[in-house]
Amino acid sequence: MAGATLPALDFARRIAATGALATFFAVAASHAGPASAQAVRTQPSAAAAGRVLDFDDARFLLTRTGFAPSRTEIEGCVGRTRAQAVDALLAGARTSPVVAPPGWTSDPETLLRGRRPRDLTSDERKALQQTLRQHALELREWWIAEMLATDSPLAERMTLFWHMHFTSNIQKVHDARLMYRQNALFRREALGNFGRLLHEVTRDPAMLRWLDGARSRRGAPNENYAREVMELFTLGVGQYTQHDVVDGARAFTGLGVDPVSGGFVYRPRQHDDGEKTFLGVSGNLDADGAIDAILAQHAVAPFIVAKLWREFVSPTPDQREVEAIADRFRSSHYDIKTALRGLFLSDAFWAPRNRGTLVKSPVELVVGTLRAVGLDPPKLRPVAAATARMGEVLFAPPDVRGWRGGDDWITSSTLVVRKEFLLKVSQLIPAGRMSPPAAAMRTSDADIVHVLLPLPPVGGAVAEATSERDPRAEIRAALLDPVYEVK
Amino acid sequence: MTLFTNHRASVPSPARRRFVAAAAALLVTPVAAAGVPARPAPLAAPAAPDTAADYRRLLVLVELKGGNDGFNTLVPYADPLYRTLRPRLAIARDAIVQLSDRAGLHPALAPLLPLWQARELALIEGVSYPDPNLSHFRSIEIWNTASRSDQYMSKGWLTRTFEAFATPSRFAADGFVIGSYDLGPLEGGARALTIANPAQLEHHASLVSDHGSAHTEALAHILTVEADIVRAATRFRPERTFATAFPANPFGNVVRSACEVVGGASGVAALKLTLNGFDTHVDQLARQARLLDELAQGLVALRAGLVELGRWDDTLVLTYAEFGRRPHENASAGTDHGTANVHFALGGRVAGGLHGATPSLDRLGPDGNPVPTVDFRSVYATVLERWWNVDSRGVLGGRFATLPFVRA
Repeated sequence: MAGATLPALDFARRIAATGALATFFAVAASHAGPASAQAVRTQPSAAAAGRVLDFDDARFLLTRTGFAPSRTEIEGCVGRTRAQAVDALLAGARTSPVVAPPGWTSDPETLLRGRRPRDLTSDERKALQQTLRQHALELREWWIAEMLATDSPLAERMTLFWHMHFTSNIQKVHDARLMYRQNALFRREALGNFGRLLHEVTRDPAMLRWLDGARSRRGAPNENYAREVMELFTLGVGQYTQHDVVDGARAFTGLGVDPVSGGFVYRPRQHDDGEKTFLGVSGNLDADGAIDAILAQHAVAPFIVAKLWREFVSPTPDQREVEAIADRFRSSHYDIKTALRGLFLSDAFWAPRNRGTLVKSPVELVVGTLRAVGLDPPKLRPVAAATARMGEVLFAPPDVRGWRGGDDWITSSTLVVRKEFLLKVSQLIPAGRMSPPAAAMRTSDADIVHVLLPLPPVGGAVAEATSERDPRAEIRAALLDPVYEVK
Repeated sequence: MTLFTNHRASVPSPARRRFVAAAAALLVTPVAAAGVPARPAPLAAPAAPDTAADYRRLLVLVELKGGNDGFNTLVPYADPLYRTLRPRLAIARDAIVQLSDRAGLHPALAPLLPLWQARELALIEGVSYPDPNLSHFRSIEIWNTASRSDQYMSKGWLTRTFEAFATPSRFAADGFVIGSYDLGPLEGGARALTIANPAQLEHHASLVSDHGSAHTEALAHILTVEADIVRAATRFRPERTFATAFPANPFGNVVRSACEVVGGASGVAALKLTLNGFDTHVDQLARQARLLDELAQGLVALRAGLVELGRWDDTLVLTYAEFGRRPHENASAGTDHGTANVHFALGGRVAGGLHGATPSLDRLGPDGNPVPTVDFRSVYATVLERWWNVDSRGVLGGRFATLPFVRA
């Protein structure tokens, strides 16, 4: 665990949250298709995968597996069966970004180019910090741009999921290139294979810096990665002993980061090739051997499936369902699509009782809102800053366990930042003449509510605006209603 | 000043110079320090408690997140094993701020020496719990919920306290959390607000509403937070300026907000402040020195701010962390997760001095960690029994001996 500070709280002091955003937004003339399907609220029963999606089902599926969709996206999904829609999402998952990353991500050398920080002059150190800050900002903007532009929101949600799972923090990794490469790995394996992903993460340079693997060597093993890979990444507390941590740390020695290229390097002389006993396996284990020993544990599949459940289904995993999906996940040799298909076609996923049970993460709230109402901000820095003030600084999770998520996204300080952002968005949708996106959303008064809200509004403001035939007030009321915070 | 004999002979260190400045700031009376007339007791301080508990007395918890290294905080310099276990990390003998013939403070903590000399600073040694857990997250959960090591509870110990002994209804909130989004001991139902800038509370209240009914737990949580914001805002007067100079660093901002909350709120029983970054697995020396410097300056400013508000004598400041760190340094010039730790208690009614018992360095457990000497629930029992004057048994699930770090 590294000690990240909480920049969000400092931002709150410095930035007058409203106002600043206004200048950066412009309304995009995105053209939604003509309204066709009349939204009919029906309840998904304990039905099979053949059940046909109505408007609410489609909005629900796309919101839960991606970012809040526009009306056009919802209508494109209506009429398919659950299985058809889910399989299309899984099949269409991207493994590379649509938006070109910042140019420096392809530089062959790290920022320090092999020098040690202590050898820099104070001017050089200042310049380095400045560059690092600049790169971090650019990297966040790029990822937000990707999430706004992608035709595969599920791939980005899963990339985010792995970022939240295999946390690394740019403040300790200290080079944005390494964070970009890790992000590319997460996207490549976003819906790929968990076993392969875990092996790759173990030798990922950003992770080697984040959890001190690069500092760990024969005779002086560092326990940080060995502990967290079991406690947080695969098994959970109570599934391993302190002895496993000690011998696991020995198995992970020898993995390093090339100081010039920033790439992975294996240093055989730093590897402890002695006898170890790790999770019941004895022998001269190396890193891959230790990871294989972890992957052979029964607890891995339910641990990952339960976490995916909390991300996509509800805050309270059903142990029996989790075990059933975990069995398929395990037999598929950790094929992530197998786990996701199991979750997305489960009765629990579609159950009415689980709608509105998950809080939108800051990134989901911000990206989803912009996608749903068709606002296209010409500058993304304030958008990234908004998610930061809501408690989610991309590439800088609060600690090795990552963002807690769920209800914890909502505190008295983050909730007001969320509301301020939504208020600003509602003000930027032009009034009076109703711009294309908002107009497209408004084929009937009920539609605005249907496009935006997973449940009937809590407050009376939406109904009031509807009865007064004030669409702009209706959108504002819907965005500011507590129901908009959940999905 | 007799404790400074080993500094007199040498050129004043930066720590020494800081101490002199801090001492000058601290040892004068609040009236003279502020350069303004003494203000009457603030309206914010409630005149009488609504419940059995004495919530005129404020508790300020300071979380040293990541697990501060106690052995380089209160240094057992007289124990030869200290240097043996820490060939690279041991603090130089002549830099230590000597407190007794066996222990002294990290040099970065020198600004706290005037509090020590005024007997307003207590150090509680050897604090942990039986069967310690070395996971950050599990261990802080144990601390937050005051549970046993094998017991899982969802409500924080302060939440249980306020359920058993309600704060007065006119209070703005049970507690405020500053510097973190993590409610910690206020988790699970206390009226607690996380807040960055108290001055904006009123504006924030305009964005939310305090009515509506929830269909799901997530929604119920959101509605509760909205109602807490509205309630706090109606019981808060934000205008308050301080003569105290708050340090221009993250913890300094946290302390400033804390003082603004105490000054503006119609009442509050507890604050939780956080200083993050103590998980020093690698290159500990420089990092811990920076953090302890930030901590010491922040605590000195907190004292000054609360003195200005007339609240220092009814404030108890307590530090805590998930665990201490291992006595034996690791190969990365850092320290790994440990157990027994030293914690600070500060305040106008603190019985200054060393409390608890020093964990022995020559009897380490199998994982290289010392045997704890004080159960952390004894610290909490002291808060409940001796500070708020309530029975601690129901809240803590048993009788834990109190410690004499609070004066009657």
